[in-house]
Amino acid sequence: MTGSLFHLPRWLHPAAWWIWALGLATAASRTTNPLLLALVIAVAALVVSARKPDAPWGRSFKFFLRLGVVVIVIRVGVQLIFGAAFGTTVLLDLPGVTSPSWLAGVRLGGDITFESLLLAFYDGLRLATILICIGAANSLVSPSRLLKSVPAALYEFGVSVVVAMTFTPQLVADVDRVRTARRLRGRPTTGVRAIAGAAMPVFEGALEKSVTLAAAMDSRGYGRRGTIRAAQRRMNSALLLIGLVAACIGTYALIAAGSPMALGLPMLIVGVAVCITSITWSARTAVRTRYRPDPWALPENLVAGAGIMIAISFLAASWVSMPGLDTPSNPPTWPALPLLPLLGLLIATTPALTAPELPRTKVAQPRSIEVAA
Amino acid sequence: MINFEHVSITYPGATEPVLAGVNLQIPAGELVLVVGRTGSGKTTLLRAINGLVPHFTGGTLTGRILVDGRDTATNPPRELADLVGMVPQDPMSGFVADTVEEELAYGMECLGLAADVMRRRVEETLDLLGLADLRNRPLLSLSAGQRQRVAIGSVLTSHPKVLVLDEPTSALDPGAAEDVLAALQRLVHDLNVTVVMAEHRLERVVQYADRIVIVPGDGESIISGTPSEMMGNSPIAPPVVELGRLAGWQPLPLTVRDARRAAGPLRELLIGHAAPLRIIKGERDATPLTITEKLTVRYGDVAALRNVSITITRGEIVALMGRNGAGKSTLLSTMVGLKPTSAGIVRTNGKDPREIKGPELVHSVGLVPQDPGDLLEASTVAGECRSSDHDASVEPGTTRALLALLAPEVMDGVHPRDLSEGQRLLLALAIVLAARPPLLLLDEPTRGLDYPTKARLVKVLRELAATGHGIVLATHDVELAAEVATRVIVLAEGEVVADGPTQAVVLASPMFAPQVAKILAPEDWLTVSEVRTAMIEQVG
Repeated sequence: MTGSLFHLPRWLHPAAWWIWALGLATAASRTTNPLLLALVIAVAALVVSARKPDAPWGRSFKFFLRLGVVVIVIRVGVQLIFGAAFGTTVLLDLPGVTSPSWLAGVRLGGDITFESLLLAFYDGLRLATILICIGAANSLVSPSRLLKSVPAALYEFGVSVVVAMTFTPQLVADVDRVRTARRLRGRPTTGVRAIAGAAMPVFEGALEKSVTLAAAMDSRGYGRRGTIRAAQRRMNSALLLIGLVAACIGTYALIAAGSPMALGLPMLIVGVAVCITSITWSARTAVRTRYRPDPWALPENLVAGAGIMIAISFLAASWVSMPGLDTPSNPPTWPALPLLPLLGLLIATTPALTAPELPRTKVAQPRSIEVAA
Repeated sequence: MINFEHVSITYPGATEPVLAGVNLQIPAGELVLVVGRTGSGKTTLLRAINGLVPHFTGGTLTGRILVDGRDTATNPPRELADLVGMVPQDPMSGFVADTVEEELAYGMECLGLAADVMRRRVEETLDLLGLADLRNRPLLSLSAGQRQRVAIGSVLTSHPKVLVLDEPTSALDPGAAEDVLAALQRLVHDLNVTVVMAEHRLERVVQYADRIVIVPGDGESIISGTPSEMMGNSPIAPPVVELGRLAGWQPLPLTVRDARRAAGPLRELLIGHAAPLRIIKGERDATPLTITEKLTVRYGDVAALRNVSITITRGEIVALMGRNGAGKSTLLSTMVGLKPTSAGIVRTNGKDPREIKGPELVHSVGLVPQDPGDLLEASTVAGECRSSDHDASVEPGTTRALLALLAPEVMDGVHPRDLSEGQRLLLALAIVLAARPPLLLLDEPTRGLDYPTKARLVKVLRELAATGHGIVLATHDVELAAEVATRVIVLAEGEVVADGPTQAVVLASPMFAPQVAKILAPEDWLTVSEVRTAMIEQVG
């Protein structure tokens, strides 16, 4: 994928990518139609392959795809073992255990029907799709770029999250190193004792690293006190947290099927209002400044708009109970392809073109490959 | 610029102060070199300059430290961030952002500088340190030398008046180290920055210093003075100074160039004396310890090793050299079977190392990794020795006895993490040697080692080679290679570009030649001790 409608390469505002990805996720949460879900995944994959940066986090999309498969397998597995069977197409008749009366409804073994497995698969696929949408945002936006857009009042909290996120890959590398060392000492590298033996050095190493990082951040001026009083700062953070929680509950009530619409909208509005107040306050007194903040311009509007459009198309379709959004599994029918969601999906692919290209990372020489033994 | 007035620092739980009665004045615009043994308190001295000691580490500070008139006792490190730039020992561990440009801006963002000022300073710093091509690169993809320059740049953008660096070149190959030192030199000359730097590799830095501060440790008072004063009777000195003292040159030269101009008489004196050939002592055993044939190892689409064919036999000490990322560590790990080969053959002790499992491996080959601490997992030295005896299935007490030979001062009850870098290396070496592997591999053994520990390591390696061990060292330390190696292999981009006797290889390359060789060229002397022996013969 080369070329963009906007020729100047730059980083897109991280929030635009997240709005787009959350729009996709919202859409996915509204349907069990496997064709639509597959299309959502395809849209995410297309955009990611067109606009993902050549950086460590850019490679995380594959991981989320694999995670999706695991989710489906678990969901179907749970259905196999515990789920109640319905439908008529019996695939397998396992010996069942009748549960005592106080555990009515929980079942172990018994008939396994095609219909119940199909339902589990649809359900798993929906969850997997939502995860993959989050994964798409994750691979398009670096965690620290996202942090740059976190409001000043939440900055400290954001730093700890980002540091924790960058530590995870390092932890994996550490586990690898310690396993290597165990091999060098002629010890088993698999098994429970090996894991227990490896845990201590890995944790010690991680602790040591975080202390070093803390010292480095302190020396570079992290957490300098500004003109603002501590009490006021704490009050600001508290306000913002309350606002965010309210907004989250509101959003959840809005998009989650089966919750009262009346609760959702007011909560969301109040939450957003509280957030904005707190952010404006803290912005006025913040010590920190931002280096080259990402602008919010036409491409951002287009990308975020695409996300909002797909969410609206699916929400509207489910509002009017458009047929085809849910695929009945009993009896199994071939899924239909409703028009409105399809239109939304089409719009959601546009960021592959409307998002600006990324700035070139001049890689003149091969990556350093010195690997600690 | 920096004033220490009767400063004593005691860490919590310690009975003795690390530093006692320190009086030190460092004027603005000087490049100050802090030297001393590991564990002597160098790092404490450096970290006291920006208040990390005691604000971050705890402990008590008596006396007063003033930096540009600001007292570190009342100003925590974050309030001194605009004044003192601190570059930690491992630059990667201090990075906060994930690309070069954002890392450079991070400190300024914390200080709350205006957007246009930040933009200008980032551009200036990119140019000053030669990082412009790397601006969008993820930090994880940089080489060690580039990381070090980014770390320096990231504190420079705040325009500190003082720059503090803890062993900036210890992990770097000679070329990258020169880049970093040239950048520091430029800061001192062009921007009047005061630089305080701790470094063990005196041969790399001593010629740049305006002042040397020696931290003797053990509560003795620190000494400071000009380099020529201090080097005249310092117990630790680079080869150029040692040669100057041996030959009685006045004034004592600190640079290779000055020494060469003074070396005429010495060169004449040595005519007729051939530099000793490095021969392999002990009985020669024709069976090779390890062979690689057309070995290729790939990481993704990058070839870490290409067509490497080498043979290591008993009694050899082979120095494996080459810049960061040339494939040295990969070659060592392949010999132990840690990395799968893409093509070609490796045979260690006649077997594919990947097939050798558990105890058999430790009896045929031992690798001391770059960070020897990786090997250690017990909570005391004694426990580590016991589990090592068990792993190697040898007589209980074997490892402890070896450790007593290598590092007699190490106590049983100490936690391995509390040992100094050098002591940890020797402990790891003792563990590896317990199983008596005929082949011993060491990855960067002298990183962070002071001269006395290095001398001890050299002695141990020579004895091991004399008793029929084969040794391979991956190292950036040209002086170490000149001192012990019987053979040098140079790797570049995963290929063997030179393989031969030490003299032949190191003399052919200005990058890998030790200081003595540069001074006495075209004669092929490599170390001060060789010259000393020849002079004693001459006199006697």
